[in-house]
Amino acid sequence: MEQFFQQLLNGLAVGGIYALVALGYTMVYGVLKLINFAHGDLFTIGAYLGLTLLVSCNLSGILGPAAAVLAVFVMVALLVALLGCLLERAAYRPLRKANRLSAVVSALGASIFFQNAVMLIYGARFYVYPDYLRPDFTVSLFGMAVPGVRLLVIAASVLLMLALWAFIQRTRTGAAIRAVAIDQGAARLMGINVNRVISLVFFIGPGLGGAAGLMVGIYYGQIDFTMGWSYGLKAFTAAILGGIGNIPGAMLGGLLLGVIEALAAGYIAIAWKDAIAFLVLILILIIRPTGILGERTADKL
Amino acid sequence: MALLELKGIRVRYGNVEALHGIDLSVEEGEIVTLLGANGAGKSTTLLTISGLVRPCAGDVLFDGRSLLRIPAHDVVRQGIAQSPEGRRVFGTMTVLENLRLGAFSVRDKDKCEKTLEWIFDLFPRLFERRDQLAGTLSGGEQQMLAIGRALMAQPRLLLLDEPSLGLAPLFVRSIFETVRNISASGVTVLLVEQNARAALKLASRGYVLEVGNVVMHDTAQNLLADPSVREAYLGG
Ligand SMILES: Nc1ncnc2c1ncn2[C@@H]1O[C@H](COP(=O)(O)OP(=O)(O)OP(=O)(O)O)[C@@H](O)[C@H]1O
Ligand SMILES: [Mg+2]
Repeated sequence: MEQFFQQLLNGLAVGGIYALVALGYTMVYGVLKLINFAHGDLFTIGAYLGLTLLVSCNLSGILGPAAAVLAVFVMVALLVALLGCLLERAAYRPLRKANRLSAVVSALGASIFFQNAVMLIYGARFYVYPDYLRPDFTVSLFGMAVPGVRLLVIAASVLLMLALWAFIQRTRTGAAIRAVAIDQGAARLMGINVNRVISLVFFIGPGLGGAAGLMVGIYYGQIDFTMGWSYGLKAFTAAILGGIGNIPGAMLGGLLLGVIEALAAGYIAIAWKDAIAFLVLILILIIRPTGILGERTADKL
Repeated sequence: MALLELKGIRVRYGNVEALHGIDLSVEEGEIVTLLGANGAGKSTTLLTISGLVRPCAGDVLFDGRSLLRIPAHDVVRQGIAQSPEGRRVFGTMTVLENLRLGAFSVRDKDKCEKTLEWIFDLFPRLFERRDQLAGTLSGGEQQMLAIGRALMAQPRLLLLDEPSLGLAPLFVRSIFETVRNISASGVTVLLVEQNARAALKLASRGYVLEVGNVVMHDTAQNLLADPSVREAYLGG
């Protein structure tokens, strides 16, 4: 029983990270119907940027580990968010009216560009987040000793998701994002500046992705320049699982994928966890091709 | 000076020209109707006014100022709202959310609430269904929502693209009655309709569009009496 709950919590932590990255894929897909293949690499950049700020810029020495991690969390999110906006301007906006394939090629190109840039700047080896950055307290929960960092990662991702959900559902700007995802022309008739909304989506998505990269660094302690590929694929899977374009779907898909993987790793074999995760994806897509929450209501014309 | 004036508007989709130089004007307070067969260019004309389609020649003047240099999303701030062809309500959002998006360009909150009340007066059905997803409304209710959403922008000029399309006769009558009320409250209306007879009874003037050209424009009375209009649009 204890093993089950530990795996469950571990799965929620990893799943929260998948969910944060998946949100970037799904939100961009929502407004542009484009898979931003460079999103995984923005996540990688978040992980490296975090390390640079914490260690090379010695923010953890200046502020102390806990405050530094918090400050860097915000800084990384903002910097990667700006990079996301820049990416949209440079690689996607000029191709907005071109055919879809051009944008896909541009996305792949941007992904290769970012991955190589990270490799050239940092080198092709893995990096280690120093141990002292990792909160090392444990919490006893129902008689189990749970690593504090696990709970913090869960809390951070859940908090970010709730904040995003409130923003999308409760604010005027959030409504504008939803409207642009449904019908850009009609949104413009309402007076919504579609370009500004798209920029905003390319700010929020990469911001969350970058923050997730930092969280991986702190949670696992190790990063490398190809991590965007594996996590990106998982997060993309999570977005499909929940229904691409659907925001709560990405959250649910991410958490679900994380938990399935962790349980598979715990009860079957670590080597099988990816295979089982994709098996679940295939099964769900056979039963519900639109993903779990995809297209809840059909639009009537 | 006319409230709205189109001068020699030409619109091209790719290599095909859809409008071949349209001249049209709407005076403040009028209801003007735009008639024409399928594919004549009526919707294109309305989309051009709203800035969603850009003409390759000509000018659109609103209150004497050209709209062509303004991005589409700012046209509504000038006072022009549109209920587009096919309604295009935001299906996965509620009725109330749709209406509030209609007021996206309006900063004055109190005025928004007043307009909302007025729209619920015009369409009590929308009030009953305010929390329902727009995509689950019936066609007629969606049409009410599209009109209400456009009115939320508190426009001086309302563009309506086939508000009666696909509606039962009883509904059609009530939509036309509502357009009359909207006009009486001081909103100028440019109405595109297949239902030519009803539109001409409501409007003061009308334009007839044929394959991208204005072939006739006159008072509604004269158009109703005109043999060729009767032949082509009023079923003889
Ligand atoms: N997006 C587009 N791309 C290419 N051609 C278009 C486009 N929209 C309209 N057209 C063409 O322009 C012409 C005018 O179309 P428009 O929709 O303005 O006609 P309409 O008078 O509104 O017709 P209806 O009564 O069927 O709504 C048609 O020949 C149509 O095929
Ligand atoms: Mg039309």
